[in-house]
Amino acid sequence: MLKGRHLIGSEDFTIRELEEIFKLADEIIEDQDSFLDSCHGKILGTLFYEPSTRTRLSFESAMLRLGGNVIGFSEAASSSVKKGESIPDTVRTVGSYADIIAMRHPKEGAPRLASFYSPVPIINAGDGGHQHPTQTLTDLLTIRNTKGQFSNLTIGLCGDLKFGRTVHSLIKALSKYENNSFVLISPQELKIPDYIKSDVLDKNNIKYIEVERLEDVMSSLDILYMTRVQKERFFNEADYIRLKDSYILDSKKMDLARKDLIVLHPLPRVNEISYEVDTDPRACYFQQVNFGMYVRMALMLKLLGVR
Amino acid sequence: MLYIDSIVNGIVIDHIKVGYGFKIFNYLGLNNVDCRVALIMNSPSKKCGKKDMIKIENVMDLDLTMLGFIDPNITVNIIENEKIKEKISLSLPEKIEGVIKCKNPRCVTSTERNIKHIFVLTDEEKGIYRCQYCDHIYDTWEE
Ligand SMILES: [Zn+2]
Repeated sequence: MLKGRHLIGSEDFTIRELEEIFKLADEIIEDQDSFLDSCHGKILGTLFYEPSTRTRLSFESAMLRLGGNVIGFSEAASSSVKKGESIPDTVRTVGSYADIIAMRHPKEGAPRLASFYSPVPIINAGDGGHQHPTQTLTDLLTIRNTKGQFSNLTIGLCGDLKFGRTVHSLIKALSKYENNSFVLISPQELKIPDYIKSDVLDKNNIKYIEVERLEDVMSSLDILYMTRVQKERFFNEADYIRLKDSYILDSKKMDLARKDLIVLHPLPRVNEISYEVDTDPRACYFQQVNFGMYVRMALMLKLLGVR
Repeated sequence: MLYIDSIVNGIVIDHIKVGYGFKIFNYLGLNNVDCRVALIMNSPSKKCGKKDMIKIENVMDLDLTMLGFIDPNITVNIIENEKIKEKISLSLPEKIEGVIKCKNPRCVTSTERNIKHIFVLTDEEKGIYRCQYCDHIYDTWEE
């Protein structure tokens, strides 16, 4: 049962519960019209203590498409938070107006704290560098609906693998399925943290390799998950110059890849995917945005107990 | 050698790592009890060279759950009629509330007032505790 539950971390739900959400998302994609009024009279509270227009719009459009309404704030400066109201007081207040709350906060663990006091379900919409579970749901639904499965896949993760929380969550999620392997593509400075290797990959006997250059492994991948590499993260200029083009996906690299590759990116992108790739049918990152809205629709329907 | 009466009825907390006796003394609130209590520091030990030790006369209702977290090598003996009646084996508590603080500067506990710092045992074998809010690992007992 997902009714009344919170979604704070991407591991909160079992594989079976995730499947329930994905199935409902499929039904919505299939026949959106029949869901137009399914949240009639329901209110989503969006508590965004830091601006994240993209995520907020995804949640808001999801609720509006279900026939519900939205209240909330989009940055702390314009709210009672500025006056020093505590998180427990804010969620108890908003929880008496809204039926469900999406919360974004710069401090790690803020949504967990909120969930202890909220009378309604809390969805973590990102808490600092900690968790962003609806992004993981988005990534999974996209993979499910483009590859048709979560197993027997070679997943390439490229860019900043050290600080990228969506990368860590995705590895954890896909490690639960059969026969997946990972290709970790990053500069030395931005390699995947050791605890992900020991606690997730090695612990589950999952195959992985670590490489520095994307072009070397392009042909082996079923999925390529791109993230941004910031120049400031490199220790020295020489490495940056030597490697910077390795982390930019262009048509030349796409030529090396399989026909059924899919390219994902949590967006927004800066320059790590050239615009020329956008028209390649294997580029799925805009579809991914779409799936993000559908999965949030399905998630809210489940947590509200409507479906 | 310093002579301390053996107790007739009570609790002996033994094999405490040197330097931790006073911390445990404070943690258990032994400065506020009216029975006889002895805190022995730097006592010679066959097992580990030197140790701290606490003897408490009269068995009291002590919350000993935290001792396992402080040091699992501590032994607790219940004494009755000058004999060891029971050895209590310590285990790691599932949850530690309001005793240790999260050191992650990005944790919500660093800015929200009036919230209890809560740690949950996530790896019993390695004795790893994580902050219930931000999942940050707490390594050692340092206050
Ligand atoms: Zn914390």
